[in-house]
Amino acid sequence: MDFDYSDDQKFLKDEARKFLAARCAPSVVRGVLDDPAKSYDAGLWTAVAEQGWLGAAIPEDYNGLGLGRVELCAIAEELGRAVAPIPFASTVYVLAEAVMAYGTAAQKAAILPRIAVGELIGCLAVSEGPGAVTPSSLSAKVEGGKLSGVKIPVTDGDAADIAIVLAAESGRPGLFLVDLRAGGVKVETLESLDPTRGVARLTFDGATADRLEESGRGFELLQAILDRAAVLLAFEQLGGADRCLEMAREYALGRYAFGRVIAGYQAMKHKMADMYVKNEVARSNAYYGAWALDVDAPELPTAAAAARIAASDAFWFASKESVQVHGGMGFTWDVDCHLYYRRSRQLALVAGSPKLWKERLVSELEKKNAA
Amino acid sequence: MDFNDSPEEIAYRETARAWLVEAAAAHRAEHGEPKPTTPEHMAAGKAWQARKAAAGYACITWPAGVGGGGGTPIQSVIFGQEEAKAGVAYGYFTIGLGMCVPTVMAFANDETKQRFVSPAVKGEEIWCQLFSEPAGGSDVAALRTRAVQDGPDPDGDWVINGQKVWTTGAHYCDYGIVLVRTDPDVPKHKGLTMFWIDMRDAAVACRPIHQMSGGREFNEVYFTDLRVKDSQRLGAVGDGWKVALVTLMNERLAVGGSSGPDYRQVMELARGLSGPSGPALKDNAFREKLADWYVNSQGLKYTRFRTMTALSRGQTPGPESSIGKIIAANQMQEMANTAVEAQGEYGILTDPSLAPMEAAFQASLMWAPGLRIAGGTDEILKNIIAERVLGLPGDVRVDKDVAFKDMPTGR
Ligand SMILES: Cc1cc2nc3c(=O)[nH]c(=O)nc-3n(C[C@H](O)[C@H](O)[C@H](O)COP(=O)(O)OP(=O)(O)OC[C@H]3O[C@@H](n4cnc5c(N)ncnc54)[C@H](O)[C@@H]3O)c2cc1C
Ligand SMILES: Cc1cc2nc3c(=O)[nH]c(=O)nc-3n(C[C@H](O)[C@H](O)[C@H](O)COP(=O)(O)OP(=O)(O)OC[C@H]3O[C@@H](n4cnc5c(N)ncnc54)[C@H](O)[C@@H]3O)c2cc1C
Repeated sequence: MDFDYSDDQKFLKDEARKFLAARCAPSVVRGVLDDPAKSYDAGLWTAVAEQGWLGAAIPEDYNGLGLGRVELCAIAEELGRAVAPIPFASTVYVLAEAVMAYGTAAQKAAILPRIAVGELIGCLAVSEGPGAVTPSSLSAKVEGGKLSGVKIPVTDGDAADIAIVLAAESGRPGLFLVDLRAGGVKVETLESLDPTRGVARLTFDGATADRLEESGRGFELLQAILDRAAVLLAFEQLGGADRCLEMAREYALGRYAFGRVIAGYQAMKHKMADMYVKNEVARSNAYYGAWALDVDAPELPTAAAAARIAASDAFWFASKESVQVHGGMGFTWDVDCHLYYRRSRQLALVAGSPKLWKERLVSELEKKNAA
Repeated sequence: MDFNDSPEEIAYRETARAWLVEAAAAHRAEHGEPKPTTPEHMAAGKAWQARKAAAGYACITWPAGVGGGGGTPIQSVIFGQEEAKAGVAYGYFTIGLGMCVPTVMAFANDETKQRFVSPAVKGEEIWCQLFSEPAGGSDVAALRTRAVQDGPDPDGDWVINGQKVWTTGAHYCDYGIVLVRTDPDVPKHKGLTMFWIDMRDAAVACRPIHQMSGGREFNEVYFTDLRVKDSQRLGAVGDGWKVALVTLMNERLAVGGSSGPDYRQVMELARGLSGPSGPALKDNAFREKLADWYVNSQGLKYTRFRTMTALSRGQTPGPESSIGKIIAANQMQEMANTAVEAQGEYGILTDPSLAPMEAAFQASLMWAPGLRIAGGTDEILKNIIAERVLGLPGDVRVDKDVAFKDMPTGR
């Protein structure tokens, strides 16, 4: 049994934490929060690229470090803890993972090395309005290699160079790679619950679209890509949730009310014990997801769903109750609680809401039990 | 990150599995599958324990010299997994071997250890834990049972009077460890002492308690002038609380796993039931709950794997296993209730020949409240996580520097 980070992975994680403590202080996050013109922190992005993190799981042939997915999970956990304001998830968990898994040789050669060195930002363009997109509601279309339609919201769409777009070609849904710098694309930045991450509306009008995979099973492909991303996102959520508990604990140990620290009141203690329980459930499920992702196990769909559900629940709970423990201070702009509260929503919604993942999980269990 | 056994672990698991297959078959051939709580069931339990002990599979981490297996914690976990798969399990020894005898081993003199440890390992004698009293279970240090030394001789006998309650298995146990008050003039934690006692002594009376679940597994135990030798003392006079903490530390390892139906059975049930809008399994509210239960169950399973990993690496496990009973007990109650509600009016039936799954959900519904209390209530476990894991301050205590006899009490 070896169900934990290895010593090397722990070392990598510790180094990542130190690096982010120095380079991604809350002031850096707030630099993006308070500046409507900024959708991410370019300095941090460059620094992260120099660390090699963008290519951590990309093979060495494509300029990456060629590490495993568990190493990437360790990095993700630390990015989540630091609420890093960079398009890491869109670029690494979605674009790089999708191209590695499904791209042609030409697509890999064109995209992966540039991701690894920080030259290319990605995004995933699926949503077209409130609620989930379905095969019957999908309206974006590709005809003769040209894409038309509107995608809203697209996380990191305003920073991205390349989008993976869900669209139908001759009625067959598929995923397409679209160069956002090549014309036929209008990008509008939108306001969101989490201003530390960019969000845009992308309007396509004859943009050149390159199929990611030929099968025409676009929704299945999308789900497979989301399964991979979900595990990595779960680690970001877990990192955020753990940090919320730490912040609540630190504040409660220093704040006096009624003659003693509020950390001594049982209502506060039990609240923090509840956070701990949820965070540990999330950690154990995330580790299982990391294993499934790393070895590409057939259990990945259930493992990813469980990791995502547990981590979404833990981060939501920890972020809202951390505000509560901070009392009136927690409700201010200046205290960092809301950065996590906001990020918990961004991360829970970005790859399909927990409700969708619960449905996916139960349908997978039904298949398994029927077999 | 993987679930693979090391080569030594594979070898151990295979040997254990092979032994279990044969031993379980031989055991069943001899004893059949008697109904729980019957004398035949007890006899079968003792025989299984003896069989394990003879093969070195009882008390695996204990030295071979006292009848244990002389093995490692990870071997003990591996054997436990395989034993569960083999489907032979008897609960009679959990408290004795998990909590009481380790306390005896830690504090008794050599003669006592020699006399008692090995028969307990072999299942010949069963032990119970006599801590809780009407005056306190969570606050067990508020107990009132008195032990007074007879005469001025420091090695003289002690005379015990008082009452214990909720003592699991007292009615079939041979020996017990009992926490008593030896000095009411000092604050409550300081005036306690631990002894081992003979449950067959005429001065000990057991009265089974009828539980809300219908069973009678625990007891009131009365002591009327029970005489014990000073050599039956475990630890120094006045050190009873320290000794009890050793017992309770072991409790957290002994209690934890839950029996009863899990999410798979609830899913199976829902597949066959119809709700207001089609099969219960297609109901969205039900599906969301099912997803949450699955996630929690997996969370506990993989948390155990994390603990195993630490053991396997020769490290001390982290505090994460403290989440186990809180989740398991509450989830058991919620799942049972959802399963019963899903049966509609029919869910009220408890006749095993009528109710789905031989009324396992109804049984689980009625047992779950006890699980939320036994071995530390939900509230006490949250306090433990808050204080020992998160390092938050203790609750306000009004009884700390007050002599026990001056402490406020209720009913
Ligand atoms: C939107 C808003 C508007 C406000 N408007 C006004 C206003 O107009 N005028 C005004 O005077 N004030 C106002 N307040 C202040 C408000 O009354 C306080 O924020 C509130 O009473 C909590 O006090 P605190 O912020 O000092 O938090 P604390 O008292 O420090 O509480 C921190 C945490 O500790 C918990 N806690 C504290 N004591 C205990 C205890 N004994 N047992 C268990 N838990 C405990 C709290 O529940 C909280 O979770 C406003 C606050 C907000 C958020
Ligand atoms: C099935 C079963 C088997 C048992 N077997 C044994 C056994 O073999 N040997 C033995 O010695 N005991 C045994 N017990 C007793 C068990 O340890 C106690 O029932 C338990 O510790 C609770 O104590 P109590 O019943 O006195 O409840 P109380 O301690 O009176 O608790 C009542 C309520 O108050 C709450 N409460 C108490 N203190 C606090 C606090 N500080 N903060 C917040 N809430 C608090 C509790 O959480 C609970 O909800 C068993 C109990 C059960 C149910």
